[in-house]
Amino acid sequence: MLASQGPHAESTAGIAWLLFAGGTAIFAGVLAAIWLAARGPAGARDVLAREGMVLAMGLGLPVATLSGLLVHSLRTNAAIAPRDPPALAIEVQGEQWWWRVHYLDDQGRPVFATANEIRIPVGRSVELLLRSGDVIHSFWVPQLAGKLDMIPGRTNRLRIQADRPGVFRGQCAEYCGGAHAMMAFHVVAEPPAEFEAWLQRQREPAAPPRDAEAARGRDVFLANGCGLCHHVAGTGAMGRFGPDLTHVGGRLHLVSGWLPNQRGSIAGWIASAQHVKPQNRMPSFTQIAGADLRALAAWLEGLE
Amino acid sequence: MSIPALHPLPRPEGEVEQLREVWRPPGGVRFLTVVNNTYIGIFYIGTALLFFLLAGVLALAMRTQLAIAENDFLSQDAYNQFFTMHGTIMMFLFAVPAVEAMGVYLLPAMLGARDLPFPRLSAYAFWAYFVGGLLFFCSLFFDLAPRGGWFMYPPLTMKEYSPGIAADFWLLGIGFIEISAIAGAVEIIVGVLRTRAPGMSLDKLPIYAWAMLVFAFLIMLAFPAIIVGTALLELQRAFGWPFFDAARGGDPLLWQHLFWFFGHPEVYIIFLPAAGFVSMILPTMCGVPLAAYRLVVIALLATGFAALGVWVHHMFATGIPALSISFFSAASMAVAVPSGIQVFAWIATLARGRVRITVPTLFVLGFLFIFVLGGLTGVMVGLVPFDWQVHDTFFVVAHFHYVLIGGMVFPLFGAFYYWAPTASLRPLSERLGRWVFWLLFLGFNVAFFPMHVTGLLGMPRRVWTYSADMGWEPLNLLSTAGAYGMGVAVAVFLVDLARNFRPFHDKGGAGDVWSAGTLEWIENSTYGVRSIPVVDSRDPLWAHPDLADCTEAGAYFLPGTATGTRETLVTSPLDGRPEYVVQLPGPSWKPFVAAIATALAFYSLTLEMVLPAFALGALTIAAILAWVWDSDRGPARPPVDVGGGHVVPTYAAGRLSHAWWGVAVLVVVVAMLFAALFFSYLYLRLVSPDVWPAATGHALPAPAWPIATAALLLASGAAIAWAGRALARRRPGRFGWDQPALVLALAALVGAFAVELVGQRSTGLVPQHTSYAAVVYALIGLQGALVFALTVMGLYTLARSLTGRLGPVRRVTFDNTRLLWSWAVVQGLVMTALLHGAPRILD
Repeated sequence: MLASQGPHAESTAGIAWLLFAGGTAIFAGVLAAIWLAARGPAGARDVLAREGMVLAMGLGLPVATLSGLLVHSLRTNAAIAPRDPPALAIEVQGEQWWWRVHYLDDQGRPVFATANEIRIPVGRSVELLLRSGDVIHSFWVPQLAGKLDMIPGRTNRLRIQADRPGVFRGQCAEYCGGAHAMMAFHVVAEPPAEFEAWLQRQREPAAPPRDAEAARGRDVFLANGCGLCHHVAGTGAMGRFGPDLTHVGGRLHLVSGWLPNQRGSIAGWIASAQHVKPQNRMPSFTQIAGADLRALAAWLEGLE
Repeated sequence: MSIPALHPLPRPEGEVEQLREVWRPPGGVRFLTVVNNTYIGIFYIGTALLFFLLAGVLALAMRTQLAIAENDFLSQDAYNQFFTMHGTIMMFLFAVPAVEAMGVYLLPAMLGARDLPFPRLSAYAFWAYFVGGLLFFCSLFFDLAPRGGWFMYPPLTMKEYSPGIAADFWLLGIGFIEISAIAGAVEIIVGVLRTRAPGMSLDKLPIYAWAMLVFAFLIMLAFPAIIVGTALLELQRAFGWPFFDAARGGDPLLWQHLFWFFGHPEVYIIFLPAAGFVSMILPTMCGVPLAAYRLVVIALLATGFAALGVWVHHMFATGIPALSISFFSAASMAVAVPSGIQVFAWIATLARGRVRITVPTLFVLGFLFIFVLGGLTGVMVGLVPFDWQVHDTFFVVAHFHYVLIGGMVFPLFGAFYYWAPTASLRPLSERLGRWVFWLLFLGFNVAFFPMHVTGLLGMPRRVWTYSADMGWEPLNLLSTAGAYGMGVAVAVFLVDLARNFRPFHDKGGAGDVWSAGTLEWIENSTYGVRSIPVVDSRDPLWAHPDLADCTEAGAYFLPGTATGTRETLVTSPLDGRPEYVVQLPGPSWKPFVAAIATALAFYSLTLEMVLPAFALGALTIAAILAWVWDSDRGPARPPVDVGGGHVVPTYAAGRLSHAWWGVAVLVVVVAMLFAALFFSYLYLRLVSPDVWPAATGHALPAPAWPIATAALLLASGAAIAWAGRALARRRPGRFGWDQPALVLALAALVGAFAVELVGQRSTGLVPQHTSYAAVVYALIGLQGALVFALTVMGLYTLARSLTGRLGPVRRVTFDNTRLLWSWAVVQGLVMTALLHGAPRILD
């Protein structure tokens, strides 16, 4: 969190350093007072023994420093609160144990869906509408902003902004059962032009298979019922339960930020999902034979 | 200068032998029936220590799992159970019982009482906790342990996301262990306020007793919120009442409010007694009275007060409005101030005396080091923007372990070493104690300091594993090494206990090895001190060096037994004037049976064995009634001379009676239960006006219903008052109007409840449909539970009247019943006004 990459996280990091410095000074002061009281010269001990000293150090000092801190932190709070309208609104819904992402148009209607990766333009303020589909989760990208809970029945709004291009890791911060430890995601900040191009591509249906192997992979996907849970635009796979895979090949990671997105890890995940991420909602498809599995992974990898 | 003897010395032959005989604990298997605080206190402490070890083993297993990245020592599911059980056991089965147990053990001796005011209640609370706690722990062996975290947030803990009975183990198991904590709080409040040595006015109260008083008040005020929370969640799980289900107008945040209204005071419930230990140990080791006594008392009271107003700081990241965030942030800062006062009072005490470095001193100094650091990080997390970052990370794990282990475990170990000589023939070893301290201190800091950094590097809490790419591994490995160091420290402590701890001796303990100033250092046997001394100073043994000898010689109050039974002196709450001698009950199987039956009833309910649960519930009630049947014994004999010409009665009723005070505490607990539900009603109305009658068009019961309810309640209140007056005029053996009046009062009370229930049902209101309906029935249900209790008490009172055990003098049973009755009438009226007024006025 101290390696902040956005204005929100930056102001918090500022407070953090102030707290660490002040805290260390007070801690050292109290330890010195204890040592002086126990083993110090008579003069120092006489001073520390006074009831007035208890009042001054125990009441006066904390009241003064804490009031100052409180005012400072409330000001920071006010400064963090966004004023200008956001450049973009994205709905992020926590699910056990992944992140469903919808990019919204000006009217707040979903334009396309993706999962576990949020792309944003550098230097623009983006509003996230945080919701939950089941239990409480908490959205946290330490380098960009503090965390905010995702609570069923509520919508919490969080502004984020990245000042530099980069990939910023986030992770669920509210215990949400079973595979909570493996519920990560990434925010990818890109220059606005690249971001616009990405946005365009996401609106399109899935790319047609590049070769025969990929075509076989698509058939394996449909034949095994993957489309009951997953949506791949343009293929007839209309499932809504699991992550949208229309452009899964273009994402940097698999399994909610847990594995790098490569053909091998795609195949490994499909064959042994319950081993890689215990209790997650996807069964291990052990019945898919080796060649079919490789074809399936090849097709998914190609869905950029 | 010594305090003059109240009667001629030496005392007559055989007096002390008689005292010993009356207080002698039963032998053999009947030893289980002891109720005396010196025995129950030590059982209690031992059991708390057992749970500390068990939860500590769970912690070591978790640290082993996290030592290296992507480890598979524990499975994900096992880890989730372990951290849930670690937190739950440490908080509910170790920390609160441990400090309560120390109070049960120490307070009577420190106050100059022979026992706590309700010995059988202590025995009941202990055995319920012992059996219930062990059964709860055993759920781990059957893969039935809860895995929703010690905070059990819904919706995760709702049936949809936590099927099976693991979560019910938590809700029912913990729910009833809280009852045991409340029973202890009743003891402590009445004990501290009513059974002090004569002359011990409140300004001479040992600071530890002040701390325990605030502790008990906090339990009384805060625990009802979690009892209501667990009851609502269990109602949702078992019957589908949607308190926390957003789709039907519930709100998951309602749980968080109820949980943290208890959960934050819980921290101070644990810390205040430990601060009390420090305020006792340090003056002894410095050889001077505690500096700034009055300021420390004010600080304790202020902490207790502020602790009730900071719960929302656990919810800063939930997206609640900025205004409430600012308020609760400020309140959280404010709570640091009283702690600052105490720290500097301890520093001033150090400065006034010359400190001896003993094992208890080391633990106190270690406490100061760790606690101050934990307090500083506490201020940090109280600041909202900082909290948004570190909330639910290892930074917070580090913070609260600094506060809890530093603030409670270190003083507790110091207290073990300090007070062991009052219980054991041999003190604990100073040599082994130093090993325990240094291993624990270093192990603790090595384990937990790095966690601040791990958290700042972004590691969230409650994760069973992490990727090697995150760079969290070296710090985690270090933490694990430190944790094992703490494990070794605890092992050395157990060796010390095994070698030196020799309790349950007739002679009490090794005696005043530290030259301390308070009463618990006078030679203490099962019966407490030989005679109850007159107190005119905060450190009586320092003010009067011969006080211990004179007390032992029987120079002061009650040198023998005045009534021929177990007894103690009841004094006035403010200035400690002798008021009466209370006869105390002795060993009995009844509280033991009642406790086991209560525990088994709750677990039968968990296992959905409804009939056995009811049978055990009935057995519990029967055992409790049997045990109280002989507790209201009436005046044993005419007023007795307790010493120095003080002739006091051997029985008291009404407000003078200690039992009336116990029931008064209970009334506050019931009122807090009601307040928590009242709050839930208004909160749900605020969050989901769309399911309230005005929005749904659901008809309210016609005004005739609430008018009938209110009329019946008022009639019941009038009838019970009439019964009280009739009882005062009653002649022995004659008919009295108190009996018909009581029957009338009971009929009206039950009738009022029935009318309210039928009235709501007549509109077709179904609790499963909306949060509105659920909370309406929950309020009626609480009233129903109270009416059920009063029905049992009313019939019991009637039975005592019919068997000639109730009269104008011997009327404690009636007075206590009437006190709770009056509250039930008030609560019923407020509830009726809420249920019928709020939907009409607010909408």
